[in-house]
Amino acid sequence: MELMTELMTTTSTRQFCTFYLDHLLCGVESQKIQEVVTYRELRPVPLAPPVVSGLMNLRGQVVVALELRRQLELPERSPDMTPICLVVRAASGTVCLLADEVGNVVEVEEQTFEPSPETLSPRLRSVILGVHKLEHQLMHVLDTDQACEIQAIGQGQSSGG
Amino acid sequence: MNDSDDIVKEFLVESYENLDRLDRELITLEKNPNDREILGSVFRTIHTIKGTSGFLAFDKLGAVAHVGESLLGRLRDGQLVLNPEITTALLATVDAVRQILASIEATGAEGERDDSALISRLTRLQRVSEAAEVRGESGVAAERKAAAPEELGGPKPDSPKIGGPKLGKSKMSSPKVGGPKLDSPKLDSTVEEPKPAAPPPPEIVVEQSAAQSAEVADAQQVQQAARGQSASDRTIRLDVSLLDQLMNLVGELVLARNQILQFANSTEDSGLLATSQRLNLITSELQEGVMKTRMQPIGNIWSKFPRTVRDLALGCGKRVRVEMEGEETELDKTLIEAIKDPLTHLVRNSVDHGIERPEVRQAAGKDPEGRLFLRAFHEGGQVNIEISDDGAGLDQERIRNKAVQKGLVSADQAGRMSDREIVNLVFLPGFSTAEKVTSVSGRGVGMDVVKTHIEKIGGTVDLQSKPGHGVMVRMKIPLTLAIIPALIVTSAGERYAVPQVNLLELVGLDGEQARKGIETIHGSPVYRLRGRLLPLVHLKNALQTTAVAASGSGRVNIVVLEADGRQFGLVVDEINDTEEIVVKPLSKHLKSIAVYAGATIMGDGKVALILDVLGLAQCSKIVTEGRERLQDEAVQVTAEGANGKQKLVLFAGRAGARMAVPLEMLARLENIPGAQVERSGNQWVTQYRGQILPLIRVSHALEERRHLPPGEGVLSLPTTSTLQVLVLENEHQTFGLVVNQILDIVESTLEPQSPPTRAGVLHSSVIAERVTELLDVSALLHAGEAYEPAEA
Repeated sequence: MELMTELMTTTSTRQFCTFYLDHLLCGVESQKIQEVVTYRELRPVPLAPPVVSGLMNLRGQVVVALELRRQLELPERSPDMTPICLVVRAASGTVCLLADEVGNVVEVEEQTFEPSPETLSPRLRSVILGVHKLEHQLMHVLDTDQACEIQAIGQGQSSGG
Repeated sequence: MNDSDDIVKEFLVESYENLDRLDRELITLEKNPNDREILGSVFRTIHTIKGTSGFLAFDKLGAVAHVGESLLGRLRDGQLVLNPEITTALLATVDAVRQILASIEATGAEGERDDSALISRLTRLQRVSEAAEVRGESGVAAERKAAAPEELGGPKPDSPKIGGPKLGKSKMSSPKVGGPKLDSPKLDSTVEEPKPAAPPPPEIVVEQSAAQSAEVADAQQVQQAARGQSASDRTIRLDVSLLDQLMNLVGELVLARNQILQFANSTEDSGLLATSQRLNLITSELQEGVMKTRMQPIGNIWSKFPRTVRDLALGCGKRVRVEMEGEETELDKTLIEAIKDPLTHLVRNSVDHGIERPEVRQAAGKDPEGRLFLRAFHEGGQVNIEISDDGAGLDQERIRNKAVQKGLVSADQAGRMSDREIVNLVFLPGFSTAEKVTSVSGRGVGMDVVKTHIEKIGGTVDLQSKPGHGVMVRMKIPLTLAIIPALIVTSAGERYAVPQVNLLELVGLDGEQARKGIETIHGSPVYRLRGRLLPLVHLKNALQTTAVAASGSGRVNIVVLEADGRQFGLVVDEINDTEEIVVKPLSKHLKSIAVYAGATIMGDGKVALILDVLGLAQCSKIVTEGRERLQDEAVQVTAEGANGKQKLVLFAGRAGARMAVPLEMLARLENIPGAQVERSGNQWVTQYRGQILPLIRVSHALEERRHLPPGEGVLSLPTTSTLQVLVLENEHQTFGLVVNQILDIVESTLEPQSPPTRAGVLHSSVIAERVTELLDVSALLHAGEAYEPAEA
């Protein structure tokens, strides 16, 4: 299996873990994902920026949970939907990202990638690196570190991404 | 490759530890040059480093260690007595070794360096010792014995010639060779004397015994080394992250235990109950044990100080001895790290500026050698650390002048401050950033940094100075940051933890009290706590969760807190319990929110936020000065709309003129019956809480006398039945301000909008849509005093 992935990477394919956000298919590099856990009650943090959904007890570790929909300026999730938690290892530490539904692990080749169009707002372009053109859908490739950064939205415009 | 890396790593760790000990031992040795045990230990340490560096092919390290070892060897053999020059050279050796080790650690190689100067210096010192040793006979012999075995062989060919009868001579000469050899010829002579052919065997015996004695000494050394090692065999090195992980797991276990306990208590099964009790006990012990693994004795950081002090003292021509007490006092590892720099700073300060030069000390009738005393002890769940010196102490006048000159306090304030308050001014930020070491004996340099560092970890610092007798800095540090006792409160349905250090008391108001007790005027609630006005902060408001419901009949819970010397009441929905909580750091995302100190996991597995009382006070403008400048970045995030605002008490003067004084000056609001007002000289006074409270009438003080209606002259007593009095505290003076009517408490920016219209007024502003005069309380106070005699 390890040999397989090694072979894959050498032939310029990358492995992504996909998930859905308001019917957008998104993906982050699978090695950045520590685990996917079911949603558990979050502790809201008053005075925190809106993207912070709360704090989660992840086996004794207190992890901040960020709402990816808000991070990507998507409409709010309907209250009857239970999100899933992607626990990622980002530059800012372990962060839990809330998404709608978990997808598959996909292998994509470099040549199907296209960067985000200029029409996207600069702050979104800092988070959404681009898309991989899959057979039926476009997979939005997220920059894990940027997705876990509050500034990505809060000060995106002033800092230019 | 990996294996040898591991060996190098282990060698480095071990050597670093040994070097730290070496520093300490050399200093001890300098004071007590004849302590052979310490000398032996120093020798062994260098010897080990030399040996291992040879094995690992670190030639430069080996070369330095070798000359160091040779010099030490001479010291150990008593050929040379330690003097400051040798100590300095040996300490330089230790430094060189440390540098090489650092280079090995960083790059894996010894790096380009030239130690020849050091090596020749050490060699020269050895030669000096050789010159000296000519005088010491026994030293020569011992040296020959140790250094040159062939010399030992020398006497052998001679001895047959000596023969039996001459044995007495050989016995006489033996003292040169030293103790162990002494007995054997004697013994042999008695046994072997009759036989002329016998001499060779005695010589062999002598030889052997000599060889043995050397071997025995060596073996003893090895054994001693082994004994030293056996102590270290009982300890193992661990990665701190492993301990943290263990701590997390124990935390989880505690949660699981709590759930099981809850479950067990609701069942009838006695077996389950007993088991859960046992689980409870074991878990608690386990938790305690894991906590202990993080504790380290404070001696770990103190051990560096004798060296620091020696170097520093030599550098500035002083003599300082370091004394320690309570090195074994244990603190959490993270705390040890946190106090290292502040402590070093204080120690350096003491040597640099506190302790005088020997001649000055002698002139003052003190021991020319200064004393720096470090003391640590546990008290009340905290660790107290004291750093004291017997130096000159602080020059209070200069501090006073400087603080005034820098605008940190007004001349008036400074004049009223106690000596102790004065010396603690050095902790103010900006006290000494401009001029360094020269002024005020340089004591203020970075003292504010020391204070911030200590307060960051929940500690306090206090400085006491006795002119001519020295300075003592005392800090109180919590035992651990990882676990703190906290009060759990509920607000808007969520739990928060309030650290117990900040907690003063709890006040619960029911029914009638709840409605009347809190005087909420214009949105700034205050509560009269034993007569004193306590500003209140609604946690819900501070956190902007939900607005406070109109105060119904429900119970009001006030948590009385103290932050930076200011008290305030935190109004919460519910007070739950006190608990020991495990502090978890907040992620980077939330660090900027000043009101939180961290998070914790409660018994039911849910996350609770830990409130930062100081941050909360700042956000609510309870603490307004000084500190705000340091942390305004953090405050900006949360305290928008509150910038530069101050709480004011509004009241009406004569003819409805609106005036204000800062709320922070207000101690109490009182209604004083007119009949209780008495006259003292030309002043109104009243007996108030066992004291005489001078009363100043606003209308009089503000030069309005000429408009006074008849019958209200200065000398007449009040005619009204009750007087509304603001009891104010200004610069440690308490007095009553008699006003016509108390109107409101407001929060307002103090943008001066017009210059003062009359004396006793700072400026006029528009407050609550009306032009209001802000009174200059101290001017008022002095004006009042000044004009009274003139009136008489």
